[in-house]
Amino acid sequence: MLNISKVETFYGNIQALRGVDVKVNDGEIVALIGSNGAGKSTLLMTISGVNKAATGEILFDNKSIVNMPPHDIVNLGISQVPEGRRIFARLTVEDNLRLGASVNEKGKNFDQDSKDVYDLFPVLKDRLSQRGGTLSGGEQQMLAIGRAMMARPSMLLLDEPSLGIAPKLVNQIFSSIKNINKEKKVTVFLVEQNAKKALELADRGYVLVNGKISLEGQGKDLLNNPDVQAAYLEGGK
Amino acid sequence: MGKDLIQKSLKDSLFTGIIALALFGPIVGLRTVAKNEVLVVEPKWFIVLLIVAFCAIGRFFINIYSYKKEQRRGEPSSLGKAISNFLDEKGAQIAIAAIAFSIIFPFMPFADRYWMDIAIMMMTYIMLGWGLNIVIGLAGLLDLGYVAFYAVGAYSYALFAIHFGWSFWICLPIAGLFAGMFGILLGFPVLRLRGDYLAIVTLAFGEMIRILLLNWYELTKGPDGLTGIPRPSFFGLPFKRYPDEGVETFHTFFGLEYDPMQRIIFLYYLILVLALITNAFTIKIRRLPVGRAWEALREDEIACKSLGVNPRNTKLTAFAIGAMFGGFAGSFFATRQAFISPESFTFIESAIIVAIVVLGGMGSQTGVVLSTIFLIGLIEVFRDFESYRMVAFGGAMVLIMIFRPRGILAKRKPTITMGKHG
Ligand SMILES: Nc1ncnc2c1ncn2[C@@H]1O[C@H](COP(=O)(O)OP(=O)(O)OP(=O)(O)O)[C@@H](O)[C@H]1O
Ligand SMILES: [Mg+2]
Repeated sequence: MLNISKVETFYGNIQALRGVDVKVNDGEIVALIGSNGAGKSTLLMTISGVNKAATGEILFDNKSIVNMPPHDIVNLGISQVPEGRRIFARLTVEDNLRLGASVNEKGKNFDQDSKDVYDLFPVLKDRLSQRGGTLSGGEQQMLAIGRAMMARPSMLLLDEPSLGIAPKLVNQIFSSIKNINKEKKVTVFLVEQNAKKALELADRGYVLVNGKISLEGQGKDLLNNPDVQAAYLEGGK
Repeated sequence: MGKDLIQKSLKDSLFTGIIALALFGPIVGLRTVAKNEVLVVEPKWFIVLLIVAFCAIGRFFINIYSYKKEQRRGEPSSLGKAISNFLDEKGAQIAIAAIAFSIIFPFMPFADRYWMDIAIMMMTYIMLGWGLNIVIGLAGLLDLGYVAFYAVGAYSYALFAIHFGWSFWICLPIAGLFAGMFGILLGFPVLRLRGDYLAIVTLAFGEMIRILLLNWYELTKGPDGLTGIPRPSFFGLPFKRYPDEGVETFHTFFGLEYDPMQRIIFLYYLILVLALITNAFTIKIRRLPVGRAWEALREDEIACKSLGVNPRNTKLTAFAIGAMFGGFAGSFFATRQAFISPESFTFIESAIIVAIVVLGGMGSQTGVVLSTIFLIGLIEVFRDFESYRMVAFGGAMVLIMIFRPRGILAKRKPTITMGKHG
């Protein structure tokens, strides 16, 4: 479904990605782990077209998206939940959701799509007229995922959904991700610092070090890999 | 702690005094006077001393005040909050009352020519404020050259009306269209700019338009300005005491005595309607995808991109539509004055409109009305003291920024809250 090969991305003359190869198959949950500054967020932003790859190729359903503007990429079915949630703080929860639907025929299916989101995250339904910035961290994360789901993606990119959220809520959010994947048949590409949780959930995983993929494999294999354990799990969360 | 604070504040006000001395010493303290046909410098140290003392002491009290406020942080702040809560609850009733008052205003016993002129001027600024609020308040694009669109609207209205003799209602949309096109023209080069950089370029754009108007003599008559701009008519009925042969006028048609106030009252209602259209449009468009995208763009451009909102089109529509309303207001200005020249479109106009929007609390439609009444009223009150007008204007802005740093009616909640929810 998603096929990334030899992608390099720069910020000015700082190279953040040094030839990344990643493959995500239809229906999978794939996790990407790596330490701070490894380039995980950069990779997601490059897939979404917000950052431009300098070289390399990104195919989505065998179609090259590497030079497409972000709104066309969303239209093709890739939605991103960006790092730090990026909720529109002064807009209401409802407006946030409607903005997620802005590619989807300008929100014509809002009632249907939002119902699906409330099924996933019932709290949102009671908060429709509340300003996004006044939600709790966990609720904001739910809103961010819900907002991305409003575009009816076939593939969801999630950037550190557990960031700054209490463990109990993290479990709930991870089970929602699983639900989105299994029930709604959305392919998931998940970036996480919480390597244990991510690899437990994922079918497959990649380890990104310094802008390069250093390891890949089944989620369980990576969990038991001594190098991964030493670098990302020991003493971790 | 208290001692520490006082010591710090004293130090700070000493510093303020030094700056004030450096600034006002040469500007105020050294005055050149002609004595026996030679210029001599006459020092005025006493006034300088007064100003410096005022600045230093003022600074001291501001420090103490803001410290007290710091202590009270978290508690809802008093007056402004009370006002904005009140407006929230009774918003609809107040709006209706305000509109009703505006409608009957011309028939109030005190509404003479002087008051009507002020009312028309305020209404024009309210409309400009609402128009600019689309760009600054909704889309979050700091535009310091808004007067350019006001000018483009006024000049295109005047040129079409003079050369083709078209009526107000035909020239108005054309002028709006032209202004909107200039909005897009400005929008393209500044698409990638934000914040202060954007502000600088828009400021330069405003000056460019003014200089263009000043120098394109064949079209604009440069500094001489355009005269003989047709006055508006009441759906074809002119306001004239001695009409041409066979032409029906407003007063003959309605069987009234001729009174020059009739035209003034008509102009008043015209600008009232135009302003209310601007307001209604803004309220409506906030609920449409475009308006929502503007506000989202103001909040977070990256999030917008990742959701598939096209930032380029969103910004361009904001510039274009904001400019269009500026152009409408410009048409009105041209037809009211019957004479326009580049002098009416200087940077200070942009500055006043921006001040209206910012002091009102960006994004607040009611705030625009309140700050217009306040600022334009202030300028008016000081009309007889010409040289103190700008001082009063500046002083008022400083005071608002000290006591209501987010604007008179700011309801902005903190964008990020930390710690509370973990
Ligand atoms: N806007 C930017 N300008 C310059 N350099 C940047 C920018 N964004 C990221 N970088 C750099 O690119 C590298 C990769 O950053 P990125 O945000 O992708 O890391 P990450 O793996 O997501 O880290 P984290 O886990 O902390 O979120 C880092 O060295 C970072 O400093
Ligand atoms: Mg990151």
